[in-house]
Formats: sequence, C-alpha cells, structure tokens
Amino acid sequence: MNAPVNVKAAAKTFLAQTEEYLSAYTEACVHCGQCAEACHFYQTSGDPRHTPAYKLFPIAKAMKNNKWPLNWLGLAPAITEADLKEWEELLFDTCTMCGRCTTICPMAIDIAGIVGRARQAFAAAGLGPEDLQQAAEMSRDHGSPLGLSPDKLADRLEWLADENEIEIAVDKAKADVLLTVSSIEMMKYPDSIVAMAKILNKAGINYTFSTKGYEATNFGYLAGKSDIAKIMTLRIVEAAEKVGAKTVVIPECGHAYGAMRWSGGNTIGRPLPFEVLHITEYLARLKREGKLKLKPLDGSITYHDPCQISRRGGATQDARYLLEGFAKDFREMTPAADYNWCCGGGGGVQAMGRAADLRHKVFKLKIDQVAKTGAATMVSSCANCRLTMDESKEYWKWQGGLDSLVEVIAEHLE
Amino acid sequence: MTLLDFARGPALSIAFAVFLIGVLWRLFSLVLLPKASDNSPARADSGSAFGQGLRGFWRHMWPADPYLKSSVFALVNGYAFHLGLAIVVFGLAQHIQFIKDVFGISWPGLPTGVITLAAIVTLASLVGALVRRLTNPVLKLISTGNDYITWLVTVLPVITGIMTINHLWLRYETLLALHILSFALMLVWFPFGKLMHAFLVFLTRSRTGVVYGRRGVKI
Ligand code: SF4
Ligand code: SF4
Repeated sequence: MNAPVNVKAAAKTFLAQTEEYLSAYTEACVHCGQCAEACHFYQTSGDPRHTPAYKLFPIAKAMKNNKWPLNWLGLAPAITEADLKEWEELLFDTCTMCGRCTTICPMAIDIAGIVGRARQAFAAAGLGPEDLQQAAEMSRDHGSPLGLSPDKLADRLEWLADENEIEIAVDKAKADVLLTVSSIEMMKYPDSIVAMAKILNKAGINYTFSTKGYEATNFGYLAGKSDIAKIMTLRIVEAAEKVGAKTVVIPECGHAYGAMRWSGGNTIGRPLPFEVLHITEYLARLKREGKLKLKPLDGSITYHDPCQISRRGGATQDARYLLEGFAKDFREMTPAADYNWCCGGGGGVQAMGRAADLRHKVFKLKIDQVAKTGAATMVSSCANCRLTMDESKEYWKWQGGLDSLVEVIAEHLE
Repeated sequence: MTLLDFARGPALSIAFAVFLIGVLWRLFSLVLLPKASDNSPARADSGSAFGQGLRGFWRHMWPADPYLKSSVFALVNGYAFHLGLAIVVFGLAQHIQFIKDVFGISWPGLPTGVITLAAIVTLASLVGALVRRLTNPVLKLISTGNDYITWLVTVLPVITGIMTINHLWLRYETLLALHILSFALMLVWFPFGKLMHAFLVFLTRSRTGVVYGRRGVKI
C-alpha cells in the first residue's frame, strides 16, 4: 500500500477508545509473558513478537502519551509511523482474536477485545491487509465479501431448493425467525444452508431468508472499519424488523455471532429488537422442545469449538448437548471447549493471503489434537473454521475427516 | 538531623504523600473515564455483575489446567514472592510496631525463623524473576525500563531489610535509615510504574469477569 500512513488519525482513533476498562487493561500488563504459550501463533512460530502482550504495545503507548501529566512532563513518547508499520502484521496477520490469552493472564486482560479496537486505529491510518479491506468494501458495496448480491442470493436459494427438492423460504412478508447466511457457506458449503432449511422445515418453524439482510459475516468489524460494521449490522436488523422476526439465527460462523449477539446493539447504538442465537443454540432449543429428533450417528467424531461461539460466546455447552445421545462415539480433544486451540483463521486471518503460511502451520496443533483422540472426523460449527481447516488439511495432506455439525444433524433427521 | 531522622521524618512523609496522590491520580484517571454501556442483553442465567466480577477475580488466581505446565515458573515464583513478601511485611515485629505507630493498629508478630525463611524466599524469587526476564526471549522482548526499575525498587527494601535485621556490615542506625529510604523510594515509584498492578488487578479481573460472565463464559 503506497498511500501515506496517517499517524495522527491512528493516534486519534486509539484515544477515542477511552472506556474505563480498556484504559485499565492497557496499563495493567505486568509483562510476565505467560500469555505467549497460550497463543497458537507464538506456540507455532516461537517468535517472541507473537506474544499477545506485545500486541498491546502501540495502543498502550498512544494512551500513555495522552495521560496528563506524563505528556506534559515529556515522559511518554508519541506513537510513530514506524510503530504502526511494525505492529500492523502483529495485530492483523497474527491475531485471530480468539481470546485464549485472556484465560491465562493473571491480570485477565482482554487482549482480543483490544486488538479489535486497535485495528480501527490502523484502518484509520490507512493500514491493514488489502484483501481484508477489500472484503469489507465488497460487503458494503455488493452485500457480501464474496460478491453474493441480493439477486445472486435469491437465485442460489431457488436453485438449492430445486436441486435438493426442499422448500426454502425467501422474503416471506412475516416470519418468526430470520435465517442468515455466511457467504462462505453459499460459495463453498451450500449444503449447510440446505441443512438449516431442512431442519427448520421439519420442525415446522415459520422462518425466512431475506434479500434485504442476509450476510451474517461482518468484515467491517474484522477490518477495523466501524462504518462498514454498522452498515452490515443494520441490514440484518432492518430485515428482521420488516418481517417482524423475534429471533435472528446466525449460521455456522463464529465472528458473525459475536458481531451480532454481543456487539450488534453497541454497533448500532440501541438494543436489538430481537434475540440473536447461533444455529447451535437454536438447534439445542429445538431439541429441548422435542422438535429435533435424530437417528444415532455412527463413527467417531470430535468437536472443534469455534472461539467466538465457545470461549468468547458462551455457547460452549449447546454443541455438546446436541451431540449427547446422538453421536455414539464422541471424543473430546484436550484441551477443548473454552480452552480450545483456534483453527488459525479467525479474526479475518483466513482472508489475508499473506498470512496463509503461518496459519497453515498453526493448524498442526489441531491435527495433533485430533490424532490423540483417534476420532475419524472433526466437526465444527463455523464455516470460516471449516474453510481454514480444509485449506490447511490440503497443505498438510492430512487424512482426517472434516464436517459441519449442522450438516451432520440434517443428515440424521428422523 | 541524622540520616535516620531524615529517613523517618521528611523522606517518609514526602514518599507517602507522593504515593497517595499518585495512586489516587492513577485510579481516578481511570474510573472517571466514561463507561461504555452495553446494549447486548446478558445471558439469562448469568447472575449479577457483582457476582461475575468476583468470579472473574477468583478464576484468575490460578492458571487453568492446560497452562499449568507452561506457567509453572510464573505460578511458583509469583506466589513465593507475594506470600514471602506479605509474611515479612506484616509478620515482622518491627514492621508491626511501625504500622502501630502510624495507623494505631497491631497484631502479634511471627517467630524470627519464619521471617528469615520468608525473606530468603522473597529475595530468591526476585533473583529468579530477574534472571528469567534477562534470559527468556519473550520476556526480553516485552520488558521495558519500567520492569527493571520496579524490580530494583522492590529488591532494595528486601536487601536492606535483611541487612538491618542481621546487623550486616554497617551501623544499625545507618542500615535502618537505608532500609526506610529504600522503602520510601518504592512508595514514590509505586504510582508511576507497574507496582500499580496491586490496585489495577481488581479493576481488570473484575471487568473481564463481567464481560465474559454476562456472556455465560466460564473463564
Ligand atoms: S487473541 Fe488469540 S491469537 Fe490473539 S494474541 Fe490472544 S491468543 Fe493470540
Ligand atoms: S499474561 Fe497478561 S500480564 Fe502477563 S504479559 Fe501477558 S498480557 Fe501481560
């Protein structure tokens, strides 16, 4: 990128993040270094620069520089262009915002949260991987990072319905549930979308997809472009309001869940007028209500927790509840659940071409974990994890099976 | 005025004043910042914010199982240091007398053997921490002047304290004066460096406890 780096804009954006807790976080690190071992990037590369605490340096520096009387006494140097250039890679390519480092930190610093905020400063300065920025801009201009426009969505859903001989509800006037998609699913794993529709049809749910708001992924959020994050959130909010949905279901996508469930109301500045559930939470609800009856699943499987669903989302147990009594040979990895290892592609890293090599190497952690369980297949509930894992599987010529939890469930409907 | 008079008098008073004003400045400059209101509804069974904060604080007292091995040094050395220091600071008869003189409260002291052992453990853990900081590649990279200054102002009172109690090398009055002066130095540095973590830990752990607690995450 040749555009000049706008250091001032970055500093200003850093300082706009002045909530009490964020500032406390940046001041509290005791430089104990324990977080390094918790981060899959450090664990894989052994490069001390990949230490989570080190990723806090630029924002900590900007905030200290703003603190009276340190600035006044000349005790706190300002952030420089060199700083921003040095840390750009660290905050984008080598942080999936998985939140694992927080679980070890004795000060409990929410590094993933800070990285998310810090990315906004880099974006303001005109920095950040170009492909990630483009994905954000594509979403704004064409409805989806992969160019899935409203027309294409309608076409494809119709085609999927015909092909699979099922009903897929699109643009109903009124519905209780608004279903959304991740364009990764539509482009690479359309069976996931068919699976959601099948399950909801079977359960007799009044749902619809909407061409007004369908893209659940939020690359504005991942790229640090808060204006685009807001546009993407609003599209779904408005679509849900239009059909009068009480529930918005986020498909198999991790960050989409966090961006809507835990940040949506903050992004648009008002509480959401509906509940937000990840598809695993929603299916768990159907199961509790007796609306999801399954034939038993043979074969050994293990479950990969998408970080944003489990450790940072709190829906850890729903996937397990779904597997209970269904998967006859379910094997947990160690560590799993809230302490799982990230697939390596969260936080938009999947979309950064230049980050691919390291993230493939990171996936070795997962391969080894699965090998220890001896399970034949690893299922997940995030299309972004799945794509990351499929690509890394190819890189390693790994023989393990990969699948989607929702698809596996749909295949076993009674 | 002897060195001891100076240490006990003006030095200590000024140090306490800097400590108090500095700590208040650090804390107020944080808690007076705007609070971000959270528009997302908490998970139904997540309990009160107070409970979430407490749980967050408690959970980070000890590393979770997957990290026990990689964190063993920080865990053992960290606890050894903090416990050792607490025993010496609050268990030594002379310290208790000092606290009584200043704050008017007191409690029984611990036997000299226990204090000596604790002092040795404290000193050893500080040396261990420094060696690790200087040799471990991660720690070398993330350490700043703050870390080394903080180490120095922490180790000085420990060393001078051990010397004073054992009447090593210098006159007792001189040793005591040096001990008090080194303590004063630590107080002065406290609000400016990472010793502040002693206060900030309550803010950050409880905040994280709330952020994750309301999501229903148990970390
Ligand atoms: S959030 Fe995850 S990827 Fe980012 S620094 Fe922490 S452990 Fe590493
Ligand atoms: S574990 Fe926490 S306190 Fe320790 S270096 Fe990492 S961020 Fe800082």
